[in-house]
Amino acid sequence: MIELLGIEEKTYTLNLGPQHPSTHGVLRVLLEMDGEFIIKAEPVIGYGHRGHEHMAENRNYTQFLPNLARVDYLHALAYNQCYCMAVEKLLDLKVPERAEYIRVITCELNRLTSHLLWFGAYLMDLGAFTPFLYCFDDREHLLDLLDGLTGSRLTYCFFRFGGVPVDIDADFVAGCRAFVSRLRSRWDDYHNLVTKNVIFIHRTRDVGIITRDQCIKYGITGPNLRGSGIPYDIRKSEPYSAYPEFDFEIPIGSNGDIYDRYIVRLAEMEQSLRIIEQACNKLPDGPIMAEKVPKRIKPPVGEVYQAVETARGEFGMYIVSQGDVKPYRIKLRTPSFANMSIFPEMAQDNLVADLVANLGSIDVVIPEIDR
Amino acid sequence: MELVAQLLGNEGARMVVGLIAVIALVSVNALFLIWMERKVAAHMQLRPGPMEVGPHGAIQTVADAIKLMGKELITPAEVDKPIFWLAPIVIFLPVLLSFLVIPFSSTWIIKDMNVGILLILAFSTLSVLSILMAGWSSNNKYAVFGAIRSVAQNVAYEIPLLVTVMSIILMVGSFKLTDIVAAQSGVWFVAVQPLAFILFIICATAETNRAPFDIPEAESELVAGFHTEYTGMRFALFFLAEYTNMFIAAAVATVLFLGGWQGPILPGVVWFLLKVYAVIFLLMWFRWTFPRLRFDQLITFAWKILIPLAFVNLLITALVLKLR
Repeated sequence: MIELLGIEEKTYTLNLGPQHPSTHGVLRVLLEMDGEFIIKAEPVIGYGHRGHEHMAENRNYTQFLPNLARVDYLHALAYNQCYCMAVEKLLDLKVPERAEYIRVITCELNRLTSHLLWFGAYLMDLGAFTPFLYCFDDREHLLDLLDGLTGSRLTYCFFRFGGVPVDIDADFVAGCRAFVSRLRSRWDDYHNLVTKNVIFIHRTRDVGIITRDQCIKYGITGPNLRGSGIPYDIRKSEPYSAYPEFDFEIPIGSNGDIYDRYIVRLAEMEQSLRIIEQACNKLPDGPIMAEKVPKRIKPPVGEVYQAVETARGEFGMYIVSQGDVKPYRIKLRTPSFANMSIFPEMAQDNLVADLVANLGSIDVVIPEIDR
Repeated sequence: MELVAQLLGNEGARMVVGLIAVIALVSVNALFLIWMERKVAAHMQLRPGPMEVGPHGAIQTVADAIKLMGKELITPAEVDKPIFWLAPIVIFLPVLLSFLVIPFSSTWIIKDMNVGILLILAFSTLSVLSILMAGWSSNNKYAVFGAIRSVAQNVAYEIPLLVTVMSIILMVGSFKLTDIVAAQSGVWFVAVQPLAFILFIICATAETNRAPFDIPEAESELVAGFHTEYTGMRFALFFLAEYTNMFIAAAVATVLFLGGWQGPILPGVVWFLLKVYAVIFLLMWFRWTFPRLRFDQLITFAWKILIPLAFVNLLITALVLKLR
């Protein structure tokens, strides 16, 4: 250390992670530093690599379903949905409308848990501890709701090929409605205490700007892309499931800084509430499983790509089937991996404090990067 | 009783008794403040806080302290041993000495020096030295970061603090803390000098390294800042010093702005402690409400806003006093 800080050497290396409070998992960032300024940041990923894509090749279609919840543990149901839709495309199954509604409701509830967790954890990165517990208080109600339906709190394995295994009842719908009004009553507190806080604005305005060009160059999706002003959301641009039947907006930012991404995420939560509300009102009756789902999932030869909008952006799955009970190859296009790729550019020539603010603001889930 | 009174009349004996009392006060106060902080934080965060050990977790911190005493004192291989060993002591001694001049009531004061306020300010500056020693000797990059930031921050915030205090001293015409309290028998200085009070509280928050100015130990960036490598009682000494510093800052605020021990009905020392803990509650409220400032913003805030404001306040005070 002392030699590195000596007169001959102007820069030194700082290891941020793999164990560091602000990397939210096992991410290591190698920093080339000049004083408090970062000259070069190099993320070192792969500490949580489990080889999900390879695992897919060694088990049958049904057995791979629980794996997906472990890729992005914060928005697991969207991953469930993407995989189920892809396999349903291969099998040419038609999912009943009620099942689609249940999928949408649970997916949006899950998106809310993810955004609430981001909101709390991000403010903790900025040094404000208290919002974290308020978010967790709200999130707890959601987890209880989902727990009652799916049986797990985080790594859901709920959807099945052709529908959902359990129907929702009046209690669940009432719980959803209660939560919608509960979270709406919280917005005022959140906006008065956080959004309008002068320190928060100073920490986030004009910091970590991602331009539109950069977004397109790096393939960034999700709230990070919309914060830069591009209204791209798979739920609208390539509508799937029951989403076309609901009236919701895609919130966008203008500046592409952290503040915009924050505003976009908060606005997205409100839109999710709207979707849940409408889905609860319009919930159709009927079966929850498709007819004639084969006992043995053995799709015909073919290739399929399916993308969904997760809390972090576009998650895509490419499945190659050779007519076997096991997929020949599954490729996961995870949004965090693409979003992380811009991080070195964002961190360059900034302070360490901004590095933490930037890393938090792109909302990465490390197991999703490492897969 | 007479013997006690005679003993306390003796200067040397008074010092010894006083210092023993101070050590007792510092320990009990730190234990109480840590419990209070946890409770205040918890109730602001929709949770009950410690509840198991004693009524409402009142002796939880005693249990924590006993646990800390039982911990191994780890000295990492690469540290600069003498400095590493000395730093917790250096941070703790000036904290103890500051208590010498704090007037808990008109009679409860160990030594009423005529430079009392200067002594406290001088000793509070010493804590920077120890933070630098701890950070540098730890031979850890995060610790050095914490130390460097701490020095820059303390230097920046000491100036507006001193200038603000100067405006009070101009009004009183004495450095003696008892004189400053006596001068507030009619109106507290917080009513006469509201700007100075706000400036003082901001600077005191920064001086005690508390949020939103807790940059030296900013957890999300620097892990634990300058005391990353410390364990057991050495760490506990830093912790103790931090909370005692808070008490001293609140006590100085009480003496300078809130009329010290003065108040109706209750005895002076009760009033004094009530006011001190009210100020401490304010500092805790800050910590659990605000996000942290970025380091450069913090320094800019001190040099570009606080220092000019403090000087303007001083000039206006001087002008008003001259014209009167």
